[in-house]
Amino acid sequence: MADEHYDTAWPDALYALLREHGVTQFAYVPDAGHRVLINRSLADPDVKSVPLTTEEEGVALLAGADLGGQRGVLLMQSSGVGNCINMLSLTAGARFPFLTIVSMRGEFGEGNPWQFPMGQAAQKVLEAMEVICLKAETPADVIPVATAALTMAFQSGQAVAVLLSQRLIGAKKF
Amino acid sequence: MAKLNRISTHNLPEAVLDRREAVPALIPRPRDWLVVAGLAGSAQELCAMTDDGPNVFGLGGAMGAAPMMALGLALAQPERRVLCITGDGELLMNLGALATIALLNPPNLRLVCVDNGKYGETGNQDSHTGLGVRLDQIAAGAGIPATFAINTADEIAEGRRLLETESGLCFVLLRVKEGPALKRPRSLRPHVVRDRFRAALLPA
Repeated sequence: MADEHYDTAWPDALYALLREHGVTQFAYVPDAGHRVLINRSLADPDVKSVPLTTEEEGVALLAGADLGGQRGVLLMQSSGVGNCINMLSLTAGARFPFLTIVSMRGEFGEGNPWQFPMGQAAQKVLEAMEVICLKAETPADVIPVATAALTMAFQSGQAVAVLLSQRLIGAKKF
Repeated sequence: MAKLNRISTHNLPEAVLDRREAVPALIPRPRDWLVVAGLAGSAQELCAMTDDGPNVFGLGGAMGAAPMMALGLALAQPERRVLCITGDGELLMNLGALATIALLNPPNLRLVCVDNGKYGETGNQDSHTGLGVRLDQIAAGAGIPATFAINTADEIAEGRRLLETESGLCFVLLRVKEGPALKRPRSLRPHVVRDRFRAALLPA
């Protein structure tokens, strides 16, 4: 687990994949599981990296990006999924393409009981708002799953979430 | 029920402007902008002012979305001028967006809040601004570089100058009395509005 937690091979490959697919707006709420993607986007002069005060801002930002012909991704933790619910009516109603990468809490090996209610509800909430969920459980899953999600979002116009399991990103120690 | 704290507004005159005259006076060329308009009055008004033009994405729900949608659009279209116009209730629902927009500071984005101090769509309850909350001061505190409050017809010209000629992000608070917005039938099918907006803006 510790080795996986500090593995930056898959996050670096994931960043490269997002850029190859033309993603240029990175919206995020700070999160340890996304720190490589966040830091890479901040250091990249060719993308806009947008720190949010709450995750629902990112849903609206990505809709605006699409109106202007750009592709974006929302990086958030599973607790942030709950903050997005009504804003996802914008995505569903206007059929905006939508891609989010969610680092999961409240599941595999979680040591903080506060994380369980939203962590366990995250996929149900996303699916209730018409967001398709794809799960990555191991480092080997990440690129194939993200590639599928990018195609579904930006070629087929769907709303898609990639759920990065706590088994993949490592459970925080308490 | 405890009474609400009516915040001191001794430095604000009573709102006198009619939005049906003040909004077109502030934005005389609405077709020149890419517009994201917040739900209810603002969306109705901009659709009426542009004859339901394709350059306007008017919201009918997703309350709180307008400022951040406008930010995403402004970042994607740096050569075009982008206008977010929304009401006090919509802006209050997502005040953090002002802080996020200030951090990004896109020079092509302008924010207008049509502040009637009421929740006009739901029975005209007082909004927080109607009880004294100052959105222009919140915007300034968030870091929006230029803010201006319009209380009288004489002040509209300065607001228009900020929107049209100043090169940079700004926030204009347009204080209006309660009353209806300009209105005409508009599409309430958001996927239709999205598709026509993109078709008019983006190369095929």
